[in-house]
Amino acid sequence: MTETPLFAYTLRLADNALILGHRVSEWVGHAPVLEEDLALGNLALDLIGQARSFYSYAGEIEGKGRDEDALAYLRDAPAWRNVLLVEQPNGDFAQTIIRHLLYAAFAHPYFEELARSKDATLAAIAAKAVKEIAYHVRHTGEWTIRLGDGTDESHRRAQNALDELWPFTGELFETDQIERALIEKGIAPDPASVRTRWSNTLDHVFEEATLTRPRDGYMQSGGRGGRHSEHLGYILAELQFLQRTYPGAKW
Amino acid sequence: MVTVAATPIVADEQIARAWKAAETVVDPEIPVLTIADLGVLRGIRIVDGFIEATITPTYSGCPAMNLIALNLELALEEAGFHMPRIKTVLSPAWTTDWMTEAGKAKLREYGIAPPAGKASRRALFGEDEVSCPRCGSGDTERISEFGSTSCKALWRCRTCAEPFDYFKCI
Repeated sequence: MTETPLFAYTLRLADNALILGHRVSEWVGHAPVLEEDLALGNLALDLIGQARSFYSYAGEIEGKGRDEDALAYLRDAPAWRNVLLVEQPNGDFAQTIIRHLLYAAFAHPYFEELARSKDATLAAIAAKAVKEIAYHVRHTGEWTIRLGDGTDESHRRAQNALDELWPFTGELFETDQIERALIEKGIAPDPASVRTRWSNTLDHVFEEATLTRPRDGYMQSGGRGGRHSEHLGYILAELQFLQRTYPGAKW
Repeated sequence: MVTVAATPIVADEQIARAWKAAETVVDPEIPVLTIADLGVLRGIRIVDGFIEATITPTYSGCPAMNLIALNLELALEEAGFHMPRIKTVLSPAWTTDWMTEAGKAKLREYGIAPPAGKASRRALFGEDEVSCPRCGSGDTERISEFGSTSCKALWRCRTCAEPFDYFKCI
């Protein structure tokens, strides 16, 4: 492995954004109401846009001529570095919304910190992303309240989704050697520094939504190291189909 | 070929002329606004004898950026600046505060409510009041924070009952 820590780290940020963006984009044309269809399309677009910026920069750092497209379309599952949370299936609408809230409530304070990175490019991408993610937190927070504090059925589904997804939140706060080196240099924020903000945002939403915050127990892990759930393979099969079948296709 | 003389006065004239050409490029999604009105056009300078125009996206995923860059290149070529360079920058992050007053007036006339207030103020005090671009009433409500493009939200006027787009304040 000749990957530099900065490349590996930037790729993680990019992969998180693209995989969640792709997942959310699967809703386009299927959302419960037109306004929500537009909203989900917009959320996906923000994430894919952020991913593009991170990939372009990762390609630059690597310096081997791989551009954003090569990184997105021509890597196999074990080379992907996203957290397991973002590749989880859309499930029902509650699962999609809760998954997004768990990620956005983390990404918002995390990007606020990353915007102060000593790496000027990462700081610039984060400063832009933070304005967009603020909308994601608000939108998915409002939906969580509506679902949790809604009918018995919507409450049940929201609580189920939360219970199922909670074991994937631990990975958001993991750090390894790659990241610790960058944290020391002031390039990457320490995820532990945003834990309280993440937790407060969620507690506030859960309280209004009458949802019970699950207890922290066993946490799933592995995505950031390239060990993924079976779901990622299916995502990549769709995401990469065209470039794998017709390499270099353009339109 | 346009040759740029070394004297600063000539360079200034070239830049002013290039700016005029660049100003004609419109946002393909809101064709009443130029990229200068929007604050997407950040600067023009001369690098190694070539014109370099700098643009910044409104949102990270703004799909109009490729077309804007292409149209900008064409506009500069047509104005006689050969092989212009288009540079995209992310920092400082675009804000609706950069939209010109003329741009806001054009938006309103087009039927889109312009961003209300300052982005910095909004972060502190929440959503500003949005006036209906059709009847001017302040009695409006938000339908959805997301609309037909990344930069817009869906609103409705309670007075004239018309739904309308609101250019989000970020």
